[in-house]
Amino acid sequence: MKYLTEFRNGEIARAMAREIDAITTRPCKIMEVCGGQTHSIIKNGIDQMLPAEIEMIHGPGCPVCVTPLDLIDKALAIAAQPGVIFCSFGDMLRVPGTAGDLFQVKGSGGDVRVVYSPLDAVELAEKYPDRQVVFFGVGFETTAPANAMSVHLAKRRGLKNFSMLVSHVLVPPAIEAIMSSPGNHVQAFLAAGHVCSVMGYWEYPPIADKFQIPIVVTGFEPLDLLDGIRRAVTQLERGEHRVENAYERIVSFAGNLEAQRVLAEVFEVTDRAWRGIGVIPRSGWRLNARYRDFDAEERFNISGIHTVESPLCHAGDVLRGAIKPAACPAFGKECTPRHPLGATMVSSEGACAAYFNYGRFLSVDQLAGASHA
Amino acid sequence: MPEALIHVQPDFANWTCPLPLADYPTIVMGHGGGGKLGNELVEHLFLPAFRNAALAHLGDAAVLELAAGRIAMSTDSFVVQPLFFPGGNIGALAVNGTVNDLAVSGATPKFLSASFILEEGFPIAQLAAIVEAMAAAARAAGVQIVTGDTKVVERGHGDGCYINTAGVGAMRSGIQIGPQCAEPGDAILVSGTLGDHGMAIMSVREGLEFESQIRSDCAALNGLIANVLDAAGPSVHAMRDPTRGGLASTLNEIAQASGVGIVLQEKSLPVRTEVQSACELLGFDPVYVANEGKAVFFVAPEAASRVLEVLRAHPLGRDAARIGYVTADHKGILVARTAMGANRVIPIQIGEQLPRIC
Repeated sequence: MKYLTEFRNGEIARAMAREIDAITTRPCKIMEVCGGQTHSIIKNGIDQMLPAEIEMIHGPGCPVCVTPLDLIDKALAIAAQPGVIFCSFGDMLRVPGTAGDLFQVKGSGGDVRVVYSPLDAVELAEKYPDRQVVFFGVGFETTAPANAMSVHLAKRRGLKNFSMLVSHVLVPPAIEAIMSSPGNHVQAFLAAGHVCSVMGYWEYPPIADKFQIPIVVTGFEPLDLLDGIRRAVTQLERGEHRVENAYERIVSFAGNLEAQRVLAEVFEVTDRAWRGIGVIPRSGWRLNARYRDFDAEERFNISGIHTVESPLCHAGDVLRGAIKPAACPAFGKECTPRHPLGATMVSSEGACAAYFNYGRFLSVDQLAGASHA
Repeated sequence: MPEALIHVQPDFANWTCPLPLADYPTIVMGHGGGGKLGNELVEHLFLPAFRNAALAHLGDAAVLELAAGRIAMSTDSFVVQPLFFPGGNIGALAVNGTVNDLAVSGATPKFLSASFILEEGFPIAQLAAIVEAMAAAARAAGVQIVTGDTKVVERGHGDGCYINTAGVGAMRSGIQIGPQCAEPGDAILVSGTLGDHGMAIMSVREGLEFESQIRSDCAALNGLIANVLDAAGPSVHAMRDPTRGGLASTLNEIAQASGVGIVLQEKSLPVRTEVQSACELLGFDPVYVANEGKAVFFVAPEAASRVLEVLRAHPLGRDAARIGYVTADHKGILVARTAMGANRVIPIQIGEQLPRIC
């Protein structure tokens, strides 16, 4: 796996940072859409390498963070039912619902299991025919093909005890929503490389045209990110607004056609509520009529959900890029990874968690001692 | 217990347990009942495997000889799943874990106790393999298992086999070692690659297959540590085995206990490629992943090269590396210098690392 070394080469990174510094003549605000990119930027200190004119704004691309509270509450209610095996990716377990999280449901006797693939949940359904197996299908376009495939397989195998609680969200409508929001100051986007590996980037040229913004498909390693930033800055300096692909080793214009075929077979576009942001029209997927029987919301018919968000949590402002995590009054005080008020403090991809975990509650001066030796 | 019974199969190499336990191929409630079945376990399993003079008396307590001076005592319980994993099993882990806790405290490990909590229905053959591994680990570490206990819980009330070990060791003289003793300027060394145990367990537990199998580093470190202390004892200020919570937790604890800052050079951290790859896949950071055969040393800077040499000369220390230093700045905080040249704080984790979505 050469990317572990080649795309993390410190010398090349510093040279690229110098190059970016040389071409930057004016302030610019660039949003990286994906939470994985946010973490890589903060973990590696990419933002510290950039000239002061460039501000990286962290986007809403953390699937855990934007999953709406009422769906989390539904997950908690379903997982607590006797006879249910509730399967989820690991980082959903600690996301706070209105009253507790999946870890607490598990501790109280709920059968909550961490799986690495939704196909594992399908296998569980086959293994335990007298149990209801529910998979929490969250994520962007990246995780959607495997989730679609698992529902497809469950149908083909005639499994009556498998269902999926779906909360899929889509990147292009989110970019449009951010660009259309009043007070927006994002001038360029780094599109999420993994999302584009599935979907390609044919959806982006109309957005770049409409809002006159550069969009650069970008990867996750330090050199990928610096390359994406360099291309975005170059376009901004030249007054251009094109879609560029800085992740050619993974992403093609058309994307993964087979994955897109499975997605079209299983899902249909729907309006989705994004936690902290609100409803964005046509911004998500749900199971279509052919697969509606596998929709956990239909099967379990959970009612009486009354969600209450913490009034202290500013996750919505963070997800829109309106404020940096450390600017939230609750950051590091009422809200920490141990007692998260919002999902952005929980997920491994949440911006607040990135800032907290990598010590962005300390000033650079406090850390400066570290660079003496 | 008549002495003769202990020598039923005196040669451990030719030991053919679980005869006559074969009447019951699995653990039944009676094995913990203090009656004949329990005695059979002792006679035919534990005694032949662990045999030593102190154990042979089968008294209510082992009576031991220790030289005058300070002793160290430690205990740990082991509940790992799966019980058998690449590079070790719960038995080896239970012995090495307590041996290592004593060794990093500056003691020479001498005697261990071993208590088993077995679930009804647990295969005797598996228990025999675990006990055999404990005996082998004890021999390798030069310690004796001198007392023990077995309890059986009903099916569904345990997870096959839990083991508790406690140990005592004789404190070495002429050393002053503790988590509160790290000093600004100290060099930080680690005895080998990080994260092997945690990722080995993770890969078996979750059925993840990687190009090459990741093996646990489960090993007794008392030999390696003795070499270091023989060579540079007074220069060693702190030692720890970074088990649960990994290197990051250990270093944070020492930074806080000593009231100093710690700087890690991320580039210098020894991590196997397969472990790094598995961590990338799951979104883990190897600095938080458990080790079971590694030690971290805080040593005076002038002794660092000597200690590194001693570590690398030992089979368990071949991949030893100098990974950072202690500073008077940012007290209580662990800061990593990234390969990019930037700084980031490495805090203590809240709970377990959680596999990410994508």
